[in-house]
Amino acid sequence: MLKGRHLIEPGDFQLNEIESIMQLADNIIADPEGYSLVCKGKLLASLFYEPSTRTRFSFEAAMLRLGGEIIGFDDPNNSSVSKGESLGDTIRTIECYSDIAVIRHPREGTARLVSKFANEMPIINAGDGGHEHPTQTLTDLLTIRKFKGGCNNHVVGVCGDLLFGRTIHSLVKTLNRYQGIRFVFISPTELKMPAHILNQLDPQTYKETTSLDEVIGELDILYMSRVQRERFVSEEEYLRLKNYYILDKRKMKGAKADMIVMHPLPRVNEIATEVDEDPRAVYFAQAKYGMYVRMALIAKLLGVEDRK
Amino acid sequence: MINVSKLKKGIIIDHIEAGHGFEIYKELHLNDIDDVVVLLKNIPSKKMKQKDLIKIETDLQIDMTVLGLIDPNVTINFVKNGELYKKISLTLPTVVNGIMTCKNPRCITQYEDVKDIKFFLVNEEKKQYRCEYCDAYTTFIDEE
Repeated sequence: MLKGRHLIEPGDFQLNEIESIMQLADNIIADPEGYSLVCKGKLLASLFYEPSTRTRFSFEAAMLRLGGEIIGFDDPNNSSVSKGESLGDTIRTIECYSDIAVIRHPREGTARLVSKFANEMPIINAGDGGHEHPTQTLTDLLTIRKFKGGCNNHVVGVCGDLLFGRTIHSLVKTLNRYQGIRFVFISPTELKMPAHILNQLDPQTYKETTSLDEVIGELDILYMSRVQRERFVSEEEYLRLKNYYILDKRKMKGAKADMIVMHPLPRVNEIATEVDEDPRAVYFAQAKYGMYVRMALIAKLLGVEDRK
Repeated sequence: MINVSKLKKGIIIDHIEAGHGFEIYKELHLNDIDDVVVLLKNIPSKKMKQKDLIKIETDLQIDMTVLGLIDPNVTINFVKNGELYKKISLTLPTVVNGIMTCKNPRCITQYEDVKDIKFFLVNEEKKQYRCEYCDAYTTFIDEE
């Protein structure tokens, strides 16, 4: 039963609960009209303490497509925060008006903290600094499910900045709960998967490499991520590594015919635009599934899916 | 050797690593109690070469969780009617509530007034704990 629950990190939900969200997302995709009024009369508070277009639009579009409405802010300077109000007071007040809240905040652990102030209003973490981004993980799982038939028994290549990428950490921890998953971590030495993630994995289930070319043929799923400029002291080093992992048509020739390429977006240049036409490139579909999975999540946490 | 009279009732915290006694005195807020408290430091010890020791003549219940964090090798002797009636050794607590603070500069607890932050033991050897909010690992005492 997910009604009234919070989603702060993917581990908050059991796999069968995640599966129930995926099934509802499937139903919504199959019949979006049928769900267009299930949130009628419900209000989502959209609390974005730092800029976001993609995630905020995805949540707001999700609520509107369910027939609900939205209040909120995307600039804390225009809210009571600028008057020095505590997060606890903000949430207690917003709970007087809203049925569900989505929060993005630059500080790690914020969503967990505000969930303690909400008595009945479900809180969804839309990103808390470099910590967690659980709805991106749900998006990734739905995408894998749609294109690969399920989340078990895949060889998953994860490429790019594995050290700092919060979406990658959440995804790896969650996929590790499924059966028959093997990981191939592809990164520069400077951006390897951190020990606290590797320690959670069976050493038999992963390998690490610096070469995408060498391993691309083994993969069922290639999850690309952006190498971030701000992580590097040396501009020269950044440019070398940034260009090292450009996925292009030539590299795609070495991949399986049914491998899929995923990316949380935005990309910079790590996937050449020529790859966009390849049917194996699913990152824009992934963004669309992000909206559907958020629709399913909102409906589940509000317990309104049966209103259809 | 300075002599301190035998305790009639209360608690003796023994085998404190030399130099940690004052830290324990502070963290147990012994300055705030009205009972007799004695802190002895750098006492010669066969086992430890030198050790600190604290005697507290009190009926109060004192939360000893913090002792495990500062120095898990201490022993605590409980005295009643001049006799030792209970002796316990400490281990690192698996959950610490309201004693530690998170050292992650990006953690929300650095910016909001958050009470009773929970920390969960993740690495006994390194005395590392995980913050319930940001999941960052931290220790109670800074690594030397």
